[in-house]
Amino acid sequence: MAKHETPLLDQLESGPWPSFVSDIKQEAENRAKNANNVEFQVKQDVCEDILGVLELSYKHGRTHWKHGGIVGVFGYGGGVIGRYCDQPEMFPGVAHFHTIRVNQPAGKFYNTEWLRNLCDLWEFRGSGITNMHGSTGDIVFLGTVTEQLEEIFFELTHKHGQDLGGSGSNLRTPSDCIGEARCEYACYDTQALCHFLTNEYQDELHRPAFPYKFKFKFDGCPNCCVASIARSDMSFIGTWRDDIQVDQEAVAAYVGGEFPPNAGAHKDGNWGPFDIQKEVIDLCPTDCMKYEDGKLEINNKECTRCMHCINVMPRALKKGKETGLSILVGAKAPILDGAQMGSLLVPFVKVEEPYEEITEVIEAIWDWWMEEGKNRERLGELIKRQGFQAMLDAVGIDPVPQHVKEPRSNPYIFWKEDEVPGGWQRDVNEFRKYHQR
Amino acid sequence: MAFVSSGYNPEKPMENRITDIGPKHYEQFYPPVIKANKGKWAYHEVLQAGVLKHVAESGDEVYTVRCGGARLMSVTHIREICEIADKHCDGYVRWTTRNNIEFMVDAEAKVKPLIDDLESRKFAGGSYKFPVGGTGAGITNIVHTQGWIHCHTPATDASGPVKAAMDVLFDDFKSMRLPAHLRVSLACCLNMCGAVHCSDIAILGYHRKPPMLDHEYLDKMCEIPLAVAACPTAAIRPTKVEIGDKKLNSVAVKQERCMFCGNCYTMCPSMPLADTEGDGIVIMAGGKVSNRISYPKFSKVVVAFLPNEVPRWESTTDCIKNMVEAYAAGANKYERFGEWAERIGWERFFDVTGLEFTHHLIDDFRDPAYYTWRQTSQFKF
Ligand code: HEM
Ligand code: HEM
Ligand code: SF4
Ligand code: SF4
Ligand code: SF4
Ligand code: SF4
Repeated sequence: MAKHETPLLDQLESGPWPSFVSDIKQEAENRAKNANNVEFQVKQDVCEDILGVLELSYKHGRTHWKHGGIVGVFGYGGGVIGRYCDQPEMFPGVAHFHTIRVNQPAGKFYNTEWLRNLCDLWEFRGSGITNMHGSTGDIVFLGTVTEQLEEIFFELTHKHGQDLGGSGSNLRTPSDCIGEARCEYACYDTQALCHFLTNEYQDELHRPAFPYKFKFKFDGCPNCCVASIARSDMSFIGTWRDDIQVDQEAVAAYVGGEFPPNAGAHKDGNWGPFDIQKEVIDLCPTDCMKYEDGKLEINNKECTRCMHCINVMPRALKKGKETGLSILVGAKAPILDGAQMGSLLVPFVKVEEPYEEITEVIEAIWDWWMEEGKNRERLGELIKRQGFQAMLDAVGIDPVPQHVKEPRSNPYIFWKEDEVPGGWQRDVNEFRKYHQR
Repeated sequence: MAFVSSGYNPEKPMENRITDIGPKHYEQFYPPVIKANKGKWAYHEVLQAGVLKHVAESGDEVYTVRCGGARLMSVTHIREICEIADKHCDGYVRWTTRNNIEFMVDAEAKVKPLIDDLESRKFAGGSYKFPVGGTGAGITNIVHTQGWIHCHTPATDASGPVKAAMDVLFDDFKSMRLPAHLRVSLACCLNMCGAVHCSDIAILGYHRKPPMLDHEYLDKMCEIPLAVAACPTAAIRPTKVEIGDKKLNSVAVKQERCMFCGNCYTMCPSMPLADTEGDGIVIMAGGKVSNRISYPKFSKVVVAFLPNEVPRWESTTDCIKNMVEAYAAGANKYERFGEWAERIGWERFFDVTGLEFTHHLIDDFRDPAYYTWRQTSQFKF
């Protein structure tokens, strides 16, 4: 017999898609049985109360959580989100229900031994409910009490060699696409760079010293599977600067219908036979491809590396050999002044350990933002407020046409004094000798 | 329920303290075939919805079976994932950015038994535990935020609408019939933790009533300057109010300036704004993040408000289904949702989807609004 009736939530158990309600119920049962005699450190019926409070939200159409105030582990300014229920008497199991962000391994690969260790820890000292994963990338442990925070942190670090992720006005947990581990499009090792920078900047991740949050994300190519260009203050997108490698025989195999176009991603549609002219040449945004006499030609100088032709014919076309990444800055969600996409700052940098060319840019940007940024001002907003030019100036990068989509359409240039011959100090009396008052 | 110490000594928090060790090193979690061929993959093919084959320059192959999951996941469920990974995949498994689970095997013969096993597992309530799909020109898992399960400012739930929407979109999770892939995302308030602003289709929770003021408690529970500073539109100012014969420090909200973000409530629990009728869902569409063919794009608001219909959000799921079908019928091969809408024109988009165009959809928020109005004599009737 369930502790709380949940007639509304029960209706989310049917249908084909995995039901989180069924899963929480399953965990409630697991805790009730407690086959392994776990000495639960939060209430045994916590999952029943999760369902209970959620059902109440369904009934009211309103959340029943309050903001958590300041909770955390000693010495860290992030990694824990405080949360309290506004009906603690009805749902004592979730009266305190703090989350812990556990920094995921790059690429989100796991072995089962380690996952089981995390499960054991979280069953013992928390609700047993997680997010795999939160939107930033962390493993999210959802729901424990204040007294358990230090205990969990101690076990994570001592037993499992594992640290917390970021929250608050600091570096948020970086995340990456699968990249070279299993993707032929990857132009650099996203896992290596993600892991390196996460460790290099542990202080920035755990101890808030920034005006606001700051995110890094790593996409191995312009397909942007982790959406770095839309949701990271600094986005690292793989690219190349030489020629797309073409295997003409494989091109012929696509044209002849031996290989499925777009790597088979359209298999269930009725699209008819592959038409290289229509599906590749005509869709190339720069019009830099030609298919004549059974031969594909690319004018690589004009290619903007949009990935379309490579995505359509991965067995015939490969990224160039001289690979690296582009750095874009300032992406953010709409609040407050509207959403921003990342803007191109560094067109190309090689990705080579110890990554100094990259860390120099990061640190120059941080110096500028920490000096000039207002409280709760994202990097993208600072760039808008002070201007792209001010950022280039601050980080010592020379302007190139690649920085803009088009030049400005107003002439209101703020010339600096030293740009104008003779400077701005003039003698009005000298002027008056030739111009009457 | 006796307290069990981990070894941490609250008297001496710095004793044996370990900090700043970061995440586990990714390499120890690579399946052997991944480790051996990293950076040397030659090509891949989607064999069927949910099944990828990657071939390395060495000739090695890895087959990936992708399945959907609720990102809200219990340890019991994760242990079941571990059991499957041990049985079929030598104890390795990974998650994708969009909350899918990927099981990898190194030979084609191992694929079918794995799929059969995954598809055979169901929750007691009847839903699949591990539906296989989510690849290519179809609809993969919805990325989402916390909602009523854990956050204090949501205007809608997250897991519930996601479950309802994925039930409706299930066939497109399991097939690849669309013109291009279609990404759906949900954020439960305008803070958009999930950054849904570049999705083909976005479900966004939105409040429509400014905060209430609990004057009697406000000064006791909140730092008034913090509440004032929290407001992004400067709608809040400190004030004094008279309750009975008492003069209290409190705040006043300029209601017409409020954009319903809930930041004040984050700082001050005496300023709640959740409301049964006021809260609901905004539908946005046409965003993308990939650089393929056209530049990345923001999603646009196409429906200003739909009510929270618990537990299955029918108006929201109907609206999404309708948009998906219009797109499937009208778009060219490789054309993303937003590219299609731009090609036919947004005026035609409202035509073919039957969505109502209301004044709410005309941008009036600050400077960028101007750039969204029509500055040409070209338009379609
Ligand atoms: C002032 C604005 C914001 C406030 C007050 C805010 C507040 C919060 C809170 C309270 C949570 C914790 C939810 C929970 O677990 O209970 C959260 C999580 C999160 N926030 Fe925000 N947020 C804001 C803006 C943003 C923005 C603009 C982004 C992204 C661009 C973002 C990204 C995230 C992410 C990724 C999470 C993890 C939650 C998840 O995975 O569902 N937040 N935020
Ligand atoms: C045929 C070409 C493509 C291939 C082979 C490919 C490959 C992949 C791979 C291997 C993943 C898993 C990566 C991870 O989660 O770390 C992935 C996920 C993803 N890709 Fe692509 N990608 C392709 C095209 C694109 C394009 C053009 C976009 C542009 C929007 C895109 C967006 C995404 C997104 C959003 C994810 C996350 C999906 C999920 O986690 O379920 N992909 N892709
Ligand atoms: S961003 Fe590019 S390299 Fe990374 S997984 Fe996606 S397609 Fe592959
Ligand atoms: S990558 Fe894009 S721009 Fe370059 S040749 Fe291919 S389709 Fe054209
Ligand atoms: S989107 Fe809003 S309501 Fe949802 S988790 Fe983020 S801050 Fe909370
Ligand atoms: S909800 Fe947001 S905009 Fe409205 S008063 Fe509060 S902080 Fe200001």
